[in-house]
Amino acid sequence: MSKTNLTRRGLLRSGAVAGAGVALPTIFTGSSVAAFTNEPTGSTVTLGFNVPQTGPYADEGADELRAYELAVEHLNGGGDGGMMNTFSSKALNGSGILGKKVQYVTGDTQTKSDAARASAKSMIEKDGAVMITGGSSSGVAVAVQALCQEAGVIFMAGLTHSNDTTGKDKRANGFRHFFNSYMSGAALAPILAKNYGTDRKAYHLTADYNWGYTTEEAIRNSTEAMGWETVAAVKTPLTQTDFSSYIAPVLQSGADVLVLNHYGGNMVNSLTNAVQFGLREKVVNGKNFEIVVPLYSRLMAKGAGANVKGIYGSTNWHWSLQDEGTKAFVKSFGTKYGFPPSQAAHTCYAQALLYADAVQRAGSFNPCAVAEALEGFEFDGMGNGKTLYRAEDHQCFKDVLVVRGKENPTSEFDLLEIVEITPVEQVTYDASIFGGQLGTCNPGA
Amino acid sequence: MFGLDKKDTMLLLLVAALTALAPFLLNPFPEGSAMAQFNAGYPDLMQRFVIFGIFAIGFNILFGLTGYLSFGHAAFLGVGSYAAVWMFKLLSMNVLPAIVLAVVMSGIFALLIGYVSLRRSGIYFSILTLAFAQMMFALAYSVLTPITGGETGLQLALDDPRILDGAVAANGNIPVPGLFGMEMRDSVQLELGAWVFTFNFGYYFSALVMLISFYIAIRIFRSPFGMMLRAIKANQQRLNYTGLNTRPYTLAAFVISGMYAGLAGALMASMDPLAGAERMFWTASGEVVLMTILGGVGTLIGPILGAGAIKYMENIISKINSDILHSWFAFLPDGLEDLLVTLVYPFIGKGWHLTLGIIFMLVVIFLPGGLVEGGQRIARLFKSKKTDRSAPKPQIEPGE
Repeated sequence: MSKTNLTRRGLLRSGAVAGAGVALPTIFTGSSVAAFTNEPTGSTVTLGFNVPQTGPYADEGADELRAYELAVEHLNGGGDGGMMNTFSSKALNGSGILGKKVQYVTGDTQTKSDAARASAKSMIEKDGAVMITGGSSSGVAVAVQALCQEAGVIFMAGLTHSNDTTGKDKRANGFRHFFNSYMSGAALAPILAKNYGTDRKAYHLTADYNWGYTTEEAIRNSTEAMGWETVAAVKTPLTQTDFSSYIAPVLQSGADVLVLNHYGGNMVNSLTNAVQFGLREKVVNGKNFEIVVPLYSRLMAKGAGANVKGIYGSTNWHWSLQDEGTKAFVKSFGTKYGFPPSQAAHTCYAQALLYADAVQRAGSFNPCAVAEALEGFEFDGMGNGKTLYRAEDHQCFKDVLVVRGKENPTSEFDLLEIVEITPVEQVTYDASIFGGQLGTCNPGA
Repeated sequence: MFGLDKKDTMLLLLVAALTALAPFLLNPFPEGSAMAQFNAGYPDLMQRFVIFGIFAIGFNILFGLTGYLSFGHAAFLGVGSYAAVWMFKLLSMNVLPAIVLAVVMSGIFALLIGYVSLRRSGIYFSILTLAFAQMMFALAYSVLTPITGGETGLQLALDDPRILDGAVAANGNIPVPGLFGMEMRDSVQLELGAWVFTFNFGYYFSALVMLISFYIAIRIFRSPFGMMLRAIKANQQRLNYTGLNTRPYTLAAFVISGMYAGLAGALMASMDPLAGAERMFWTASGEVVLMTILGGVGTLIGPILGAGAIKYMENIISKINSDILHSWFAFLPDGLEDLLVTLVYPFIGKGWHLTLGIIFMLVVIFLPGGLVEGGQRIARLFKSKKTDRSAPKPQIEPGE
């Protein structure tokens, strides 16, 4: 077994190779001196767009990427400028960011934390991206946000609705424009009370993962506060496609409202199943049976088709809003791609512009300077009315839309109608309620 | 050297040289050139190469030697990652305790799962391991959320205890994993003309661990124990009839390969302190099977090559988008450019799985021995041209 074959030549040779291997990392000390990670030194600056191109949220990802491409075009002075014209801060002038032309790299998060981090890491280490943005799931957002904190770059979250992103797992280098579960609950509850009464019995079906939990909790808390009773809350696997077996017990439970804490394909399937079971025609406890979907998106409404008619939910933004920012954005997006943008596209576009504007105002790409410029920043003209980037948790506070599936849609994009614009005061909460610590900004290098 | 024969020593030295020089070898194209897209010499990917190399080496000890095809090896990768991250949270950001705990934990899990699964062989064994792995994935994803962090994954926080070295680093942030003061993400860059080479401490640490694992694998392959495992692959029934109980051998192989997976998981967590449940998903288990088969089942270096090939495609091919394609073919007339882009587009970007699938099929059909067989054929081609081969050495082969 142990056969030693030592020759002088062999020993010399292997010794030299081993020595070279050991010495390699130490003989070079010439590391570049930069103030922060990936400081752009040339005439261009690279941004990293990390979106799901495959997997359950590929549709959202594709729309996000379209929005980013549009934002880059506008930042570099192309197109009609979109929301740059309506944005209350006028620091951007169409000459890129700080005079540097904006370039971008794309990556696929696959809606998996690991893949998303690998993709973000390669953008930072290989392509020299100074900011990472995108994503369509809270798990990915939280994972990539933590990575950006370590690496010392700014993370501008895309579509992520869980309370944790700017709650328990908030980071100093991460910023979120999208709203969260808590806000959905706070906005929806009064509308539900007004339309369905205050003595309802609710049955929750909850997607069995982080976002599902926080959404269920938020809806429960806010509906119970106004007098509803929660009969049961059942968790469904994320990979479930047939919800019949979960729908059947709903009627036996004596509940008269079904809350679907589902998103994307999950919601499309569970809602379709529920409608097929005739839930909406049932009368329980002398009241019409109702269904509620806390987080709505146009892409989901499209998937569920006619089943969404009359169903209430909340959304971050909708293209049919009539303010100047929305109109400008829908116009330039529609001109370029031929259809109106989704809320995922809107939040990503806004995030890209907000980042560029913060850099411009700070006069530096340094993450700490950018974070300082974003913290406590108040702006308008981005489609959501007056908005505040709160300094304590890097969460945007703005009005929340309560929407309802349209009874008579005029086109395949006109599926939701806005019921109420819940004012920001009603959805604001104390920054400390979710725990977590922001830490201090990390410029890397 | 090190108790290996000449051929194995050469192989070990070759692997050592390749890993030591990887920052050069993987960055053949100058920065800023059009071909820089294909450079793979950045720390994250190099780390992945060697870490998945370890995973595949370990898997090969089970699959290559005993022929037992485990479809649930990613579970041990996940266990190792979770154990390592918990060590970072509770004890210290030093990677050594994390790696030790990860290897021990994955060994215990492998013992339990192996004890049950190895009662069956063939497809039943594969299905059993798959079932266990999926079970562990489902648990990690939802029920065990307090331990595993659920969908979000287990990550470090500012208020973790970290008994040995304090919760917060000097700059007010979460400390990063390191080894006695050297941080895993420390890098030095060497600029030579247009080329930039990055030497990363984490990479060299992982590479060293891989070399040690590779050395242990060689010793196992060449040991009487390894011979017994090969005998199990060749004809288990016959072995049983001679009065030998094979189960302790297969169980030992299973536990060893599980510990290799745990080691890989711990290194992944050390390079990037986060453990997610997707790491245990069945596609991750399938990936290591692909790596091993693509590289060459039962060969020593094959799994490392396979791991490298798959990770390269996942990280490089998947990042080519249509804009980049257009810039490549920009010199062609417009119509032809669009045509070429349309033809190539399904195979790049999100279509990298398709490319991988085609390559995998080609390898399985034309090179059943994997990339290693391809290399051997090329080598033979050159050899037979130069000199007549000397008479083949008589070798001891296990009976079929």
